[in-house]
Amino acid sequence: MPELLSASRRDFLKSLGGGMLVLVTLEQESLAQESGRSHRRPASNPPPQDVAAWLHIDQNGAVTAFTGKVEVGQNIRTSLPQAIADELHVQPGSIRLVMGDTALTPWDMGTFGSRTTPTMAPQLRAAAAAMREQLLTIAAKKWSVDRASLTLADGYVLQPASGRKAGYGEFASAADWTKVLCANSEITPPSERQYSGRSLSKLNARELVSGRHQFTSDMKRPGMLYGRVLRPPSFGAQLLSADTTAAAAIPNVTVVHESDFIGVAAPNEFIADKSLDAIKAQWREKSQIYAKDLFSYLKANPENGETGEHDTTAALPDTHAAKNLQSTYAVAYIAHVPLEPRAAVAEWQGSRLTVWTGTQVPFGVRSELAEAFQLTEENVRVIVPDTGAAYGGKHTGECAIEAARLAKAAGRPVKLVWTRQEEFTWAYFRPAGVIEVRSGVANDGTLTSWDFHNYNSGSSGLESPYRCPSSRARFHPTKYPLRQGSYRGLAATANHFARESHIDELALAVGMDPLAFRLKNLQNDRVRAVLEAAAGRFGWDKSKPTPTRGYGLSCGMEKGSYFACCAEISVTPNRQIRVDRVVEAFECGAIVNPRQLENQVEGAIIMGLGGALFEAIDFANGRILNPRLGKYPVPRFSDLPAVEVVLLDRRDLPSAGAGETPIMGIAPAIANGLFQATGVRVRSMPIQPAFQSGV
Amino acid sequence: MDFVVNGERRSVDTDPERLLLFVLRNELDLTGAKYGCGEGQCGACTVLIDSKPVRSCQLSIGAVAGKEITTIEGLSDGDRLHPVQQAFIDSDAMQCGYCTSGMILSSVALLRTNPAASDADIKKVLQGNICRCGTYRRIIAAVRTQAKKGGGHPHA
Ligand code: FES
Ligand code: FES
Repeated sequence: MPELLSASRRDFLKSLGGGMLVLVTLEQESLAQESGRSHRRPASNPPPQDVAAWLHIDQNGAVTAFTGKVEVGQNIRTSLPQAIADELHVQPGSIRLVMGDTALTPWDMGTFGSRTTPTMAPQLRAAAAAMREQLLTIAAKKWSVDRASLTLADGYVLQPASGRKAGYGEFASAADWTKVLCANSEITPPSERQYSGRSLSKLNARELVSGRHQFTSDMKRPGMLYGRVLRPPSFGAQLLSADTTAAAAIPNVTVVHESDFIGVAAPNEFIADKSLDAIKAQWREKSQIYAKDLFSYLKANPENGETGEHDTTAALPDTHAAKNLQSTYAVAYIAHVPLEPRAAVAEWQGSRLTVWTGTQVPFGVRSELAEAFQLTEENVRVIVPDTGAAYGGKHTGECAIEAARLAKAAGRPVKLVWTRQEEFTWAYFRPAGVIEVRSGVANDGTLTSWDFHNYNSGSSGLESPYRCPSSRARFHPTKYPLRQGSYRGLAATANHFARESHIDELALAVGMDPLAFRLKNLQNDRVRAVLEAAAGRFGWDKSKPTPTRGYGLSCGMEKGSYFACCAEISVTPNRQIRVDRVVEAFECGAIVNPRQLENQVEGAIIMGLGGALFEAIDFANGRILNPRLGKYPVPRFSDLPAVEVVLLDRRDLPSAGAGETPIMGIAPAIANGLFQATGVRVRSMPIQPAFQSGV
Repeated sequence: MDFVVNGERRSVDTDPERLLLFVLRNELDLTGAKYGCGEGQCGACTVLIDSKPVRSCQLSIGAVAGKEITTIEGLSDGDRLHPVQQAFIDSDAMQCGYCTSGMILSSVALLRTNPAASDADIKKVLQGNICRCGTYRRIIAAVRTQAKKGGGHPHA
């Protein structure tokens, strides 16, 4: 931890140049500290680990907020200032937001799981509210007026009756003041917020459209070299020998060879590539599985041997079913493909290391670096410039560690940007999975039993929104052949694909309309509301299928937000599926920024369309066979359907995150529409290749 | 190697086999053009050469000697944004913004040759540019506002 954070609150404030400071703690007990109740720590000096965010006004009235969250395209660089601005009565654009810098911002677990809006925004909002109250108190005292006669606007304290007016800086400089609070102080109700709830363009949009924003991959440090790393020919290959003499003979090139790590640092990218090519290495490879055996592998290899598996075959009690169904669904490995691949710039000063890198988990990467180089965390600083997207794919620090290794050996700063091929091969994937569903339904369309088993892909989104008297949903971890990890929406996409496909199968088994069947069985009213909204806008009632045109729907909930998706698809004579129109209704509590929320929902639909229709990692024997955009297509302009987003604004409810959940509806909606048109039920993602080959 | 970048004569002493993308980024500090794939598939590296959009990851620096190159940095007029840049802001046509320079330059080139481009024209020309964040509909909307106005002003 850098000195800044280990200082006492007073010293810390001094280091910020005085003014007013509010620290927001993670724990509820912190309020107890303030109110003097006994607590294990003195209230005057909360250890920084407990602090989630802080907010500062300097003597000139400049407002700065500090958070460990990072911006990866989900728009929190704009939405967090909106929350602060509501409370503090300043322009959102005037707030400086310091994000994801382990030396300057409080510890944070990471930017994932759609947690920023429901947790960080209220924390900063509370800090701003406390700041506002204190400003009023100081101003009333200084002017010797009644506090209630004062108002705040655009960074000024005003007394409308007298016309008196002064900037916040005047009061911030009056008394150095710090406060610790937890996030439930008095905040402005949603209906009275000035900025949240309104559309606002990205605060840094000018930087982005003018090319001025510096992504990690754009950075340059004095004397910086360009790195490359030698990769094994296949996963798990062991380095037997390497001849680096030719590379080392190239002027100004540093070759690093430490156990099985080989890399180079060179004055430019061209020489770095040439040096890497000059290295001759021998590897011992091991034989590994092929993509075609993936699903049988997952089923055959439970993580902990055979334990607990017997209960998946025992039937659930179901005495009312008129019909029983049993289906198996499968989901392939897919890649995140953030357009900016992993990148890091590493710089050593003696035994202190600074790394700029695009990661969702700056403090986790700091720990990884500290461990890799046997440093204390105080001696490692990780800084995350706003990043060219992540989608759950940038949780880990491998690129940062590699850059730091090269920089250490070269004695100069080193930038390492993974090639697209490296990003496709050496990062991690969204887990593949097999999902088995058994169910029962009564003749009147009442769901009577539900038995749902996910192998490997994960547990999120297992919870069903449907009423069912006899119900079980389980996740079964298995061994897996490729490195796998987080992804936008995690397993909830797979689980919704299986559940919502199966629900359609049940509806058709009893001859019911899929919409009516869902409405009959849904027990969650928020899901019901989005489903009705989507179906209404889509014109579900009037949608009549033909053999080449079908209409499908899906709905669900995850991470505190709710979606329903309707898709119109058509099939060409050569069995190409086209998605022509999508209507998605989405509800995530009180809306913070409608246009940017719509942007997120649309983006999720488009990204989801790739995984639904055609994205799949192909692999064989430890090699990725399609590690290039030319071989692994992602959605392009030509794939774009007409998209309509219906946002339901619940001003009465707290705001939930929205970066992930809207991705979940598109795949089952397409599969259901495809069945309606063609009578072919595709139970695997991606749908297109399975449909084409008639599986 | 001599060429004109954003209206200025520049000279770089380097291997003629080096790719234009990296010479712009690493030698001239013009990092607006991005690396996204290195295989001509994503359009993040788009720059204009003699007003035509090219993939700078596919061109050696030797092949562009004497040419006139425009990067995103050269599109605005000092602090005044090009109308297409402004349209991208007004239409919120970005999320992470990594594809944005390539999208804007491709759109500027389109509007120059086809000032009243239809949605179909826009989609066709931008087909080679990937936005992984999925902001395609908004990008079309942004370019459409300029097509309606006859292509924005021509200074770049
Ligand atoms: S980097 Fe040139 S087209 Fe992708
Ligand atoms: S905005 Fe992220 S790739 Fe287009």
